[in-house]
Amino acid sequence: MNKIIEWIDKRFPLTSNWKAHLSEYYAPKNFNFWYFFGSLALLVLVNQILTGIFLTMNYKPDAGMAFASVEYIMRDVDYGWLIRYMHSTGASMFFVVVYLHMFRGMMYGSYQKPRELLWLVGMAIFLVLMSLAFTGYILPWGQMSYWGAQVIVSMFGAIPTIGESLQQWVLGDFTLSDVALNRFFAYHVVTLPLIMLVLVFAHILALHEVGSNNPDGIEIKANKNPKTGIPVDGIPFHPYYSVKDIVGVVVFLMVFCGIVFFAPEMGGYFLEYNNFIPANTLQTPDHIAPVWYFTPYYSMLRAVTVNFLWIDAKLWGVILMAASVVIFAFLPWLDRSPVKSIRYKGKYFKTALTLFVISFFVLGWLGTKSPTPLYTLLAQIFTVIYFAFFILMPWYSKIDKTKPEPKRVKE
Amino acid sequence: MKKITIVIFILCMTLFSDLFAAESGMALDSAPISTSDNASLQRGAESFVNYCLTCHGASYMRYNRHYDIGFTNEEILTKLIFTGQKVGGLMESAMQKKEGEEWFGVAPPDLSVIARSRGADWLYTYLRAFYRDDSTATGWNNLVFDRAAMPHVFYQLQGEQKLIVKTSDKGEQKTLVLDKQGEMTKSEFDSFVGDLVNYLVYLGEPHANARRELGLKVMAFLLGMLILSYALKREYWKDIH
Repeated sequence: MNKIIEWIDKRFPLTSNWKAHLSEYYAPKNFNFWYFFGSLALLVLVNQILTGIFLTMNYKPDAGMAFASVEYIMRDVDYGWLIRYMHSTGASMFFVVVYLHMFRGMMYGSYQKPRELLWLVGMAIFLVLMSLAFTGYILPWGQMSYWGAQVIVSMFGAIPTIGESLQQWVLGDFTLSDVALNRFFAYHVVTLPLIMLVLVFAHILALHEVGSNNPDGIEIKANKNPKTGIPVDGIPFHPYYSVKDIVGVVVFLMVFCGIVFFAPEMGGYFLEYNNFIPANTLQTPDHIAPVWYFTPYYSMLRAVTVNFLWIDAKLWGVILMAASVVIFAFLPWLDRSPVKSIRYKGKYFKTALTLFVISFFVLGWLGTKSPTPLYTLLAQIFTVIYFAFFILMPWYSKIDKTKPEPKRVKE
Repeated sequence: MKKITIVIFILCMTLFSDLFAAESGMALDSAPISTSDNASLQRGAESFVNYCLTCHGASYMRYNRHYDIGFTNEEILTKLIFTGQKVGGLMESAMQKKEGEEWFGVAPPDLSVIARSRGADWLYTYLRAFYRDDSTATGWNNLVFDRAAMPHVFYQLQGEQKLIVKTSDKGEQKTLVLDKQGEMTKSEFDSFVGDLVNYLVYLGEPHANARRELGLKVMAFLLGMLILSYALKREYWKDIH
């Protein structure tokens, strides 16, 4: 065995990489519950790729056959139902895990210096994930696939001057049709997964360059054992965090399988009831709602009801929606707090973050509802709160009364 | 920190409790669904091929899938197939799409996954809520689905209902009363429709029972894995704390 490894090491950096990224990658020893979601996101990505490969073997990207081919997978392909539910549940759980992963970063200031690039690569992953979810949701070619996509694609049309021709260029047709289904299939199974893999690789590379943050938000590299050069509060990722993450994986799989086997539709949130109706290009559903993970942004898209300055309401909606996603990328420069972790931040930040989380949930809930005057008003109020969290951050994070950070991580 | 977690938890709960709130205007009757009751499913399957399959298809479903609910090859050929199709064939409708459009204005929808889009309770209420209405093309209307294109297929069984509208200060109250008795009593007809809807639920996802059965085994396995992996983690982490 040793000889084989020796042989490989002379030709490929196997042992050195194993050490650098696993057995001698020192992670802070005080990781808590919130630190499971990075490895879980990787697990879900692998799940999506593997189940996706099997789905493509029987799925037909053809407007006339797509819906039936999904039902063929659900009924006639051996364990096709399992593979399909694993993929559809995986899509939603990807967002659950990534949202929790992002929230962890926001709580413990993981985006702050020196992890700005790590955060930006993460943001790029988030954008690709959203594109993957959008292109994937079109594929079953149900009513919600079709009309949901119609809403999203029509946003291109809101862009002045070039909008309409841009929309046609994206669709390859005047309306959403078989042409678009084919190209979205190509994006979903080839283009976007490739980009995703490269970005995830870069994300891990950047993480291992700067080292992991931790719930105390202090740098473990600042306090190294002078003899060994190893951070005193660091422990090797393998075996300590590999065995710990396995526990996390099993608990996650229990939730995941609970959904796959006992509630695959998740009350219409993971698989919308209306998407069991084949796409009908002539019949707009009464109520178009995106899948839950897009509903906060959808609410903001609908929140603008008046023309403002020289820009009309629809374009404002599109601008706000895009801004609501992209604004996360500016966090490293918006946060002026001298401390990273919420444990040592003051009341202002804690209040702001709580309000932000509340507004995210309320906007998400509103996005599943048909608009009424009251709901639109609520969406407007919470859109303001959502953006205030970011825009006012340079101010409140600076004057916030922080507590002193400890020298060593707490157990 | 803890406070934030609690707030988030409460929000999640309210979000999910909202799932079960009915959005349609009319209260729906609860359908008697039991997907493990093969006798009910078989009765439902026979009613389905006799009453529904003439106009509607269930074209994602194969006849021989009905082994699931206890039919034999022989029984499928004699009880379910009247069109000379093979036992492995798809349950396609005898009616062409174009004919449907000409006769009803819209082609009758495929029913393979209708229980997944409409829900069992809606179907159960809808199929029992037809009433006489001379103002429509078919002479029938429906309390759940106003001006449904489908006529009352079971009128010989259920009889004819008529709509009674009472206006009070609470608003309009619509109820249906039986005007002409059909071949079945009310409870017989309710269980007839119950069986049919039970079958439609099965038809929507034939593997649902197998899914839940496999799920129990997977959960038991994961529980074992949880104990083992936690023990492993504790063993390793002894040197840290």
